[in-house]
Amino acid sequence: MSLLSVSDLHVHLGESHILQGISFDVADGRVTALLGRNGVGKTTTLRALMGLVPSAGTIELGGVQLGGKPTHKIVRLGVGYVPEDRDVFAGLTVNENLRLAERDGEPRYELVYELFPELKERGQQAAGTLSGGQQQMVAIARALLNDNRVLLVDEPTKGLAPLLVTEVARVLERVSELTTVLLVEQNLGVVARVARDAVVLDTGRVVHTGPAQELLADRPMVHRMLGVGSAAAA
Amino acid sequence: MYFLIASGLSLIYGLMGVLNFAHGAFLTVGAYAMWFTESKLGGVPVLPRFLLGALAGLAVGGVFAALVELFLIRPLYRRHIEQVLVTVGLALATVALVTAIWGNDARTVAAPGWLGNTTTVVGAHIPNDRWVEIVTALVVLLALNAFLRRTRYGLIIRAGVENRAMVTALGIDVRRAFTLVFALGGIAAAIAGVLSNVYFGTIDPQRGTSLLIFAFIVVVIGGLGSLRGTAASAVVVGLVQQYANYYASSGLGDLSVVLLLGIVLLARPRGFSGSFA
Repeated sequence: MSLLSVSDLHVHLGESHILQGISFDVADGRVTALLGRNGVGKTTTLRALMGLVPSAGTIELGGVQLGGKPTHKIVRLGVGYVPEDRDVFAGLTVNENLRLAERDGEPRYELVYELFPELKERGQQAAGTLSGGQQQMVAIARALLNDNRVLLVDEPTKGLAPLLVTEVARVLERVSELTTVLLVEQNLGVVARVARDAVVLDTGRVVHTGPAQELLADRPMVHRMLGVGSAAAA
Repeated sequence: MYFLIASGLSLIYGLMGVLNFAHGAFLTVGAYAMWFTESKLGGVPVLPRFLLGALAGLAVGGVFAALVELFLIRPLYRRHIEQVLVTVGLALATVALVTAIWGNDARTVAAPGWLGNTTTVVGAHIPNDRWVEIVTALVVLLALNAFLRRTRYGLIIRAGVENRAMVTALGIDVRRAFTLVFALGGIAAAIAGVLSNVYFGTIDPQRGTSLLIFAFIVVVIGGLGSLRGTAASAVVVGLVQQYANYYASSGLGDLSVVLLLGIVLLARPRGFSGSFA
């Protein structure tokens, strides 16, 4: 059953028509990977779902229209967001970054510290002094603190060392047991590990939808749709 | 005094990206509210009259600033040029309105006599009102710092200065923080207005406008959005101005401050701390 439904979504940024009427569904309780080469509109799609960029079309979460709502109201309907560049607040401590993200009556610190015990140890450390991997933990922890209906996760392994990529993949597996995830990811190894479904974009259009494992098993299709680098990543 | 008027300006720009050219109007409104309140309390002894006038000035300055944000700034989010034009217009309109009601002549403000006396420290005779200004600025700095460090709204403001969009993406309605920052800025400017009444001994419609340019200089040198930077640069700007006026020639103080601004912009554009100017 579909939890998040996107229909005929258009985004114009300046003179560019970034998303040209994309439509796809995100099944409830599963991880859907949003794939494509650089610059096809994956991040823009997530930002449009968050209301961070103006868009036209239909976006529904559990039957509730998200289109036209301000971002903070979309989030309060149960949408968690892990942005592409982490966007932790560098001048705030780890604890303050998490505290800021508290939304519900009972923030899930136990879960956060179970997944990221290091964050408890570094609670008083300024987030700007953390390593890239640690900042990514903070970014993901912020989204997990609340009981969201869906998580929008944008390239969580970007720029991370292989060991940390494995760690993030482990976390995503755990997260996928708890909530629905729409995952933008270039690392096909991670996609293979966590995603059930896949949506492929190319120049602002959806060119493929279907089971992720089927797509990844078809190497020529992967090479054709996702480009040279993705074969190496897989 | 520079810190008081600049602190609100720094927070407003840092959080909202609004160059608030009406900030001087908050000072003027606060100053005149104080004077007006005092003028209506004729039979009351000087000290309580002064304190009640000061409180009224702060309250009116804060409310005025909050209303400006709600009705003038909020409808123009992301339209920076229009925001600048509106704030410039409001600054001009405020001066015109005050002049129309109370005229252009300077008016005296009642203050306790001991404020005009001096206290000798290490041989220097320092007027007591200067001590009051220093202590007030310190109290405001500590209070603002405590607010930013220990309250949820303070947390939102500190985060919003860094990345407003991400604060929104955490489900926080930053608009309330915007109004609060404007109100706090208005109160701080009104405090500067009240104290300027004492410092200059009189009040006039141009006071806010004349101090605003120095407030902008302090904010830019200190770093946009940084309270500590603003505090440090207020001290530096004040000292440079006064030393230049005293040791060189009266009037060179203002030029020295502008030269200092130029040097800082060339050598360290983000100021002592904070964002790029």
